[in-house]
Amino acid sequence: MLASPVIVAAALLYLGLLFAVAWWGDKRADAGRSIIASPTIYALSMAVYCTTWTFYGSVGRAAVSGIGFLPIYLGPTLVMALGWFLLLKMIRTAKANRITSIADFISSRYGKSHLLGGLVTIIAVIGVVPYIALQLKAVSGSVSILLNYPEIVMPHRSETEPVFADMSFWIALILAAFTILFGTRHLDATERHEGMVAAIALESGVKLLAFLAVGLFVTYGMYDGFADIADRVAQNADLRRLSAAVPSGQGFTSWFSLTVLAGLAVLFLPRQFQIAVVENVNEAHLKRAAWLFPLYLLLINVFVLPIALGGLLHFAGRDVDADTFVLTLPMALRQEGLTLLVFIGGLSAATGMVIVETIALSTMVCNDLVMPLLLRMKRLALDESKDLSRVLLGIRRGAILFILLLGYLYFRLAGEAYALVAIGLISFAAVAQFAPAMIGGMYWRGGTREGALAGLSAGFLVWAYTLLLPSFAKSGWLPADFLTQGLFGTELLLPQQLFGLSGHDEISHCLFWSMFANIGCYVAVSLLRAPTAAEASQATLFVDALKHARPAGAALWRGRAEMADLIALVGRFLGPLRARAAFAAYAHERGAAGIDELEADAELVQFAESLLAGAIGSASARVMVASVAKEEPLSLAEVMNILDEASQLRTYSRELERKSAELTAATRELKEANERLQELDRLKDDFMSSVTHELRTPLTSIRAFSEILFDDPKIGLADRQRFLGLIVSETERLTRLVNQTLDMAKIESGHADWHASEIDLKELIAQSVAATSQLFTEKGARIKLDLPDGLPLIRADHDRLIQVMLNLLSNAVKFLPPDVGRVRVGLRECAGGLEVSVADNGPGIAPDDQAVIFEKFRQVGDSMTDKPAGTGLGLPISRRIVEHFGGRLWVESAPGAGATFRFVLPLAPAGALDMAEATEAMARAPAPLPASRI
Amino acid sequence: MHRRILKGERLVATFVCGCVLFNYPLLSLFDRDVEVFGIPLLYVYVFAAWAGLIALMAWVIERRTE
Repeated sequence: MLASPVIVAAALLYLGLLFAVAWWGDKRADAGRSIIASPTIYALSMAVYCTTWTFYGSVGRAAVSGIGFLPIYLGPTLVMALGWFLLLKMIRTAKANRITSIADFISSRYGKSHLLGGLVTIIAVIGVVPYIALQLKAVSGSVSILLNYPEIVMPHRSETEPVFADMSFWIALILAAFTILFGTRHLDATERHEGMVAAIALESGVKLLAFLAVGLFVTYGMYDGFADIADRVAQNADLRRLSAAVPSGQGFTSWFSLTVLAGLAVLFLPRQFQIAVVENVNEAHLKRAAWLFPLYLLLINVFVLPIALGGLLHFAGRDVDADTFVLTLPMALRQEGLTLLVFIGGLSAATGMVIVETIALSTMVCNDLVMPLLLRMKRLALDESKDLSRVLLGIRRGAILFILLLGYLYFRLAGEAYALVAIGLISFAAVAQFAPAMIGGMYWRGGTREGALAGLSAGFLVWAYTLLLPSFAKSGWLPADFLTQGLFGTELLLPQQLFGLSGHDEISHCLFWSMFANIGCYVAVSLLRAPTAAEASQATLFVDALKHARPAGAALWRGRAEMADLIALVGRFLGPLRARAAFAAYAHERGAAGIDELEADAELVQFAESLLAGAIGSASARVMVASVAKEEPLSLAEVMNILDEASQLRTYSRELERKSAELTAATRELKEANERLQELDRLKDDFMSSVTHELRTPLTSIRAFSEILFDDPKIGLADRQRFLGLIVSETERLTRLVNQTLDMAKIESGHADWHASEIDLKELIAQSVAATSQLFTEKGARIKLDLPDGLPLIRADHDRLIQVMLNLLSNAVKFLPPDVGRVRVGLRECAGGLEVSVADNGPGIAPDDQAVIFEKFRQVGDSMTDKPAGTGLGLPISRRIVEHFGGRLWVESAPGAGATFRFVLPLAPAGALDMAEATEAMARAPAPLPASRI
Repeated sequence: MHRRILKGERLVATFVCGCVLFNYPLLSLFDRDVEVFGIPLLYVYVFAAWAGLIALMAWVIERRTE
């Protein structure tokens, strides 16, 4: 049923679906609701790394070298562990400088050099062309195999076949049209394509799904699991060698170089740079993608070896290319649905790669190759009214078509001689040439424009000589002598045994010599001279990209510009409407009312340049801005001064910040300590004045009576006795006052002695009542005890509790009305403790005074008329004592209705836990006082 | 800030660990004619080490608190 109309319809439908997804993604992005703002989508889009090379080629590679296909995926896994720094730095730098391609990155780093950007573009285009040819080969191969369904016929294309009869040519054109529709519908200053990323992520999902489906089908459908395949392989000597997969000897060198190459490629392939750096929505996505992407690589490789071995077993002795096993195995078993799914998966892998790669390359060709040339043509630069945004789009579309046709050309010339993976590796080795200039540029300030130029050229030439030209020679396009006898018949110049280096595979050989030349020239030439002003300022922007406070580019520009000129300039490349909108947004950000209020200062010029850089590349943007602004060039010394100043300022300000934070903390502590001290001081003063005041009253009486006795020796015996009695009682009061003050001071300072023992409260109360019975009798009052038996013992200081009871009882007596006084002493068990109450029928205490009476030296009553009846320390001391044992003392009273003093003591105050329980229990007990007063 | 630096150091250590795991001579130790559940030892080793490395990266990256 897999007739050609079905296949074509399926392919077109699928491409239509991708286009719909991309359209939807763009629409959502315009509405500000991005559908690609997720680390998973980001990781999936990174999987554009897996092309038809992975989808078809890995199996082909595995069929030849066993496990040797894996370094291509182990390298990226290792690099992603470093992605945290490397990619993050690239993303930050690219965002800060509006860098939209790898050529722009390198040219911008080395002083915005047109020459460098152009060289990188040429290397990228030539280097990646074989890779695009690989996709064409895989797609056209899969289509032509499928068209013969159910027969399995390997595609053969004669050299003489005219171009227009060649299906690959038409596939290249369709892919070009598709890419143009996808990537160059409008011009964006940031060169971001949200819709495209969404479609790429979808494609990554589809190709993984398709590959896993084939893997499961071959492993568990055709055979009985891994072990079954291994069993059958074990009976076949040739295949056994494969599954044991010895990468020994030369194999380890090759393994190592492939790992390095793949690791570099995942960073520096134009499409990886586009997806990972330019299309990055949020740098936080990098975190999860750093392990999700390697996981994707692992999953898509699990079934490679089983499929390869299964294919070798199944097609033993038949002419079936291992590169096609993924497709031909389901075909051989007449699995139509699966076959179609595989075809679509392969198509996903190819289109994804071609779209992103050619869009990235077309940006480079336009910004770093064609624009600089156009800008040199005076006629174009002078024609200021012209809107160039359409020209830019046209250049990009042309570049896409041109690159795909180049890919087709390479496929025609050299495609038949190589397997898929071998073609791809040629491209990997080419983009690896960017590594020294890129990594060196991000971490070394000393790299110069000439150094980068020399390194890149040398590496590229060596690559072309040792890998690209031999690929032409092998396909017969160049004379084969070139390979066997070297250039001009010189044996030392044998392209794949350069200077006699033999015993390595061609990739390791190329990697060694090209890196030797590249790194050597880059470092050596860079060290010939000190960086110029432009290089030094750009080096700072790149090397310090991850530092928090880096000098802004605006600090490194000096000159004058006119607002209108800048807007007109940007408008020529972005379109006048988009340019005005961008400047208006900038004005809004700055808090200015409109564009007219903006001042054309260094920062605005910088903004205009970065807008342009997004559209035409940083080097061209520099030239264009310089054409409308009157710039004063800065000398190297000035740039270095600014940079030094900036870095010194940065250091100073960090230091200052730290110190001022320390100072603030210290000040706050000091202030708090001071407040505490002042409060203590005030309390001490209050206490002293209260104590001296209290002492003065008895002293005054004693002195007055003593003077009377001293002055009048003839005083009567009765009066003498009375006065002496008063002196004695005042002295006693004085002694009591002094004792209590000392007592209070001891308790407050924590130096009091406490002797805890088991106490029967009932007995203690009875004892206290007996001790005060004389007072009650004197006042004609009656005392009633309500003390039940059998209550538990508590643990407290006996003498101190007696003191509390005496205080409460004498306090009650003091306020009893003469002759009709009643005092009731109660004891009862309450939740978690024992409660003692002393109730009188005195005048009661006004609510306002109920808290006051527990303060030191505060006695209720009018102190001017009433003679103080106590020392004013009894209740405070009692409260402290009760609190010391974890209890609480309070008063309940209403004026005219007597007063009831109560205290609660917990049953077992010794243990902390029990104490907490008791406190909690007391919180449930009736609490007449607000908690804050406790 | 310190946690960030620590995370970075852990990732570098993971990278170095992976470089050692996937290279000569460790790789040659597993390059012998032994099968685990019918699968060649080298194949099992590389995939196990690979999965372990990814798990380690995920653990280092996704971990929240110290």
